[in-house]
Amino acid sequence: ALIKQFVTDVAWGDLDFLIVDTPPGTSDEHISTVEALRPFQLLGAILVTTPQAVSVGDVRRELTFCRKAGLRILGIVENMSGFVCPHCSECTNIFSKGGGEELAKHAGVPFLGCVPLDPQLSQSLEEGRDFIQEFPKSSAFPALTHIAQQILDTSQRSS
Amino acid sequence: LAAQLSLSLAECPGTGSAQAGRAAACQGCPNQGLCAAGAAGPDPAEAAELRARLRAVRHTVLVLSGKGGVGKSTFSALLAHGLAADETKQVALLDIDICGPSIPKMMGLEGEQVHQSGSGWSPVYVEENLGVMSVGFLLSSPDDAVIWRGPKKNGLIKQFLRDVDWGEVDYLIVDTPPGTSDEHLSIVQYLSATHIDGAVIVTTPQEVSLQDVRKEINFCRKVKLPIIGVVENMSGFVCPKCKNESQIFPPTTGGAEKMCQNLNVSLLGKVPLDPQIGKSCDRGQSFLAEAPESPATLSYRNIIQRIQEYCEQHHLQEEKII
Repeated sequence: ALIKQFVTDVAWGDLDFLIVDTPPGTSDEHISTVEALRPFQLLGAILVTTPQAVSVGDVRRELTFCRKAGLRILGIVENMSGFVCPHCSECTNIFSKGGGEELAKHAGVPFLGCVPLDPQLSQSLEEGRDFIQEFPKSSAFPALTHIAQQILDTSQRSS
Repeated sequence: LAAQLSLSLAECPGTGSAQAGRAAACQGCPNQGLCAAGAAGPDPAEAAELRARLRAVRHTVLVLSGKGGVGKSTFSALLAHGLAADETKQVALLDIDICGPSIPKMMGLEGEQVHQSGSGWSPVYVEENLGVMSVGFLLSSPDDAVIWRGPKKNGLIKQFLRDVDWGEVDYLIVDTPPGTSDEHLSIVQYLSATHIDGAVIVTTPQEVSLQDVRKEINFCRKVKLPIIGVVENMSGFVCPKCKNESQIFPPTTGGAEKMCQNLNVSLLGKVPLDPQIGKSCDRGQSFLAEAPESPATLSYRNIIQRIQEYCEQHHLQEEKII
């Protein structure tokens, strides 16, 4: 009921994009969200995973949920994909690498890109700052803007 | 709306109270039905069934996190492995993350099925002294999604407790999904038929994770679940090349340490990031066995020891009371 209220009773105004952040899983909140948003223009779903097989294993099930719910899959993002040491620039794949890309290939959905671990991103989120405005030189910036661009392109093609 | 919401969260009468499910603040709460149906948990007949089934379980530990992605299931798996390293101890790991059951993969049991015996469902055994149960074993394909609403999930959790033949168990570890939802309420209520030693809460150092942990601590206090302590995961990363440390998930508000001080809860330990952890989990192997020299292994072992000590002390105190 709360989710429905968030969708229908909030005075969003004129919007080009409404981004809906969901909890992990395939349960009440997800079912309710899809139902509440169905009357509107649902562009689709972005699925976020970390590169490890354990995370990918859960996202496979999320993909099934999207298909069952008739949700278009905009693509998969492989998050926390590699860490570049700020001291020596060595890249370590702390949470492995490649699982998200492989899943996209296996499932036949677009792969939107890898986003590396970036302490500046974590820091700016903690402080509620706009990462995109403040850290254009950081390692996650090109990845995030590239993903945003692909969504923009997809939405333009759809309209 | 915000005022209404914060009022009702503050005014939850507590699931054990006579007002549970019946207070004005309960209107619209997704657990209202569960609370109203039985203020103290399962009905007496069910409670007796669960008590009988779990009679031979000496210690039960719930692993919670406020947030997803903090390494809770990894911790549960390693806690189980760590405890089972002592061959004289019988350990059971119950995975009640119905939507995202990662435990089978982490324990190297992907593709295993549950067998029924005369005395109930058999756990799937990793070692002779380490048995596992998860909804993952009931799904036929890695693509199968469990798209269930709360009550159905609760029903399966009850079955896991009632129908699995755990046998004699020294430690039952329960891995939960993130948050404070149906599954958490139901496991606490069903297990109230026996006892729970306490909960371990896993977090990362960031404030966004700690915010959710504070809610989790609140939940524990409301349902009178003792808190064994907090584990701070992903606490720093030492570059394998230059050995400099980076705080990838910065503790901008003092991390778990400060929060634990403020809320009078134990900090069980901090575990640094180690790329080998994810690799071992992905291959269903015990990280503790594969990387015995890692600083992360040392942290995990210390934390596991503290949990054991807590459980043993708790047991002694109970025996004194009796």
